[in-house]
Amino acid sequence: MQPFTKHTGLVAPLDRVNVDTDQMVPKQFLKWLTREGYGRVLFFDWRYLDDGETLNPDFVLNAPRYKGASVLVVRANFGCGSSREHAPWAILDYGFHALLAPSFADIFYNNCFKNGILPVTLSEAQIDEVSRRVSATEGYRLTVDLQTQTVTDDAGLRFEFRVDPFRRECLLNGWDDIGLTLRIADRITDYEKSHHPAAPMHVPMHTQAVK
Amino acid sequence: MPARTLYEKIWEAHLVAEEPGQPALIYIDRHLVHEGTSPQAFSGLKVAGRKVRRPDLTFSVMDHSVPTKDRHLPIADNIAAAQMDALARNCREHGILFFDMQNPHQGIVHVIGPELGITQPGLTIVCGDSHTSTHGALGALAFGIGTSEVEHVLATQCLVQFKSKTMLVQVDGRLAPGVTAKDIILAIIGKIGISGGNGHVIEFGGEAIRGLSMEGRMTVCNMSIEGGARAGMVAPDQTTFAYMEGRPFVPRGKDLTVAVDHWKSLVTDAGAKFDKVVKLDAAAIAPQVTWGTNPGMVTDVTASVPEPNSFADPVDRQAATRALEYMALKPGTRITDIPLDRIFIGSCTNSRLEDLRLAARVVAGKHVAKSLKEALVVPGSMQVKAQAEKEGLDKIFRDAGFEWRDAGCSMCIAMNPDVLPSGERSASTSNRNFEGRQGKGSRTHLVSPMMAAAAAIEGHFVDIREWGVGEAE
Repeated sequence: MQPFTKHTGLVAPLDRVNVDTDQMVPKQFLKWLTREGYGRVLFFDWRYLDDGETLNPDFVLNAPRYKGASVLVVRANFGCGSSREHAPWAILDYGFHALLAPSFADIFYNNCFKNGILPVTLSEAQIDEVSRRVSATEGYRLTVDLQTQTVTDDAGLRFEFRVDPFRRECLLNGWDDIGLTLRIADRITDYEKSHHPAAPMHVPMHTQAVK
Repeated sequence: MPARTLYEKIWEAHLVAEEPGQPALIYIDRHLVHEGTSPQAFSGLKVAGRKVRRPDLTFSVMDHSVPTKDRHLPIADNIAAAQMDALARNCREHGILFFDMQNPHQGIVHVIGPELGITQPGLTIVCGDSHTSTHGALGALAFGIGTSEVEHVLATQCLVQFKSKTMLVQVDGRLAPGVTAKDIILAIIGKIGISGGNGHVIEFGGEAIRGLSMEGRMTVCNMSIEGGARAGMVAPDQTTFAYMEGRPFVPRGKDLTVAVDHWKSLVTDAGAKFDKVVKLDAAAIAPQVTWGTNPGMVTDVTASVPEPNSFADPVDRQAATRALEYMALKPGTRITDIPLDRIFIGSCTNSRLEDLRLAARVVAGKHVAKSLKEALVVPGSMQVKAQAEKEGLDKIFRDAGFEWRDAGCSMCIAMNPDVLPSGERSASTSNRNFEGRQGKGSRTHLVSPMMAAAAAIEGHFVDIREWGVGEAE
């Protein structure tokens, strides 16, 4: 996983509340076998016209001024619904490295950290301010700094954000979750030895009945 | 010993490692796998040269992409076929028990888990699917995970987790005839909102919850995620123990006695504190119908499509306006006046035997309205299908003009041939009515099986309480 330390980029707004992961990656793309390539289908039904190929000129992210945006400002409960990790894969593949919202849905929030995307929680008022500046200034850019836990721009804006220290550490270093856990593999073995002899945890040998 | 909630008891019993300032590492007793969210996890495992640590605790089934008819023919969708082949191959390679389309126990993962007794009280259960919360109905701690976490569980049989906050949702009193578990959970989500449960694990309690069958409890827990919760659970009781006995993977004889003894301890202690408590009166719950584009946009069948201006919060007003535009509904339209195009009775929320029995009771001797284009009944598993056929339910549905299908996720997610065409409107017993959920441009209304069945007969929503068929057996 690519680490995230500090990122400066063009900001785009998506001014909708409760954006669910079906909107981010519709079901037909959940049949793919890879983790890559989802950027072109991000927000598919909003982004393209009915032919699935022509860009919808009315969709905000298709506006020329937001081309190349790498920071996305959104509204409350972003990422609700399905647990599909295809959603953050699409977000990343499209080019977004950081998301700013008043709140994120739990599973999506968690999935972001597994993929090197930093989800930043700010207050509603702070999100309103950023949105105002994005609209007012073409080419508006923000710096999202995970080391200092700040969001800043060139015009004096400076917001601090909170993030769990462990998640922060893993993201700063690009640590592989599984590698970290396997460092204490003997603790897992200890747990199995002490718990599994107990009847309720055992999977009885009835598999013959269902093979 | 301080008073603990059910969640805390299960959490603490599964701690492998817990360091201050870090999320915990918890052990996973059952890992359920389906074809949609696993291919990349298995590939990742291969690339890293890792093995599945506990293939004996891993169970896999095809459900999302499978067709619900003509299964003897090759799958028309090449991409879906490749995905299903990948799952078969991965399971074979790692020695994982796998229920393919030919297996008589195949079905939706959250239906077969409890059905086969893979799901048991007190266990930690995960799956790359948000409706894993369903299994909480048996008193398990069960929740959905992303593909990276699927890979982590395959490799380590553990999960890195932050402890959740706790919420008690207490539903007291008794349901009116015709009002069901589905209406309870829709009413709860209507009350707390789709983010009301964020950061919390919900325990459902109260007289009305205790009075539900296991299948009813599964319906309620299934939609915990739609209220934003991490998981949902119901403490096991006699109803649970009776349900468990005799299922293929459940301990037997002396082992069962030991197991039940342990399961009896899985209740929230008197005096234990929840971070939030929400109460509802079951008697006040009317049959529910969603009108908008998330499960929280829901109302009583006797009510009307709301006026966006009636919402105090300008954000809610904007969201309602957008939803009504997408759903092509005018404010003030009576719910019972909304005409439908297709009916879908199925999904991990409502596709079990009791759901089918209730729906069959509603449609027996009647016929699907001529105005409808299609009415599907998709049993949640091939076992449910077989049992329903023994009871003659398939004949009742067919005679009434429904199609009787094989088990799978079907039109809930439309990742298979069962799709709701653009612009069409469904009465669906599933769990999500997001934009495009059942097909691009499609319009979903979530209801209970009896409500969907009645809507099938009339071609529009009706208050099922007026039909007098709702008395529980």
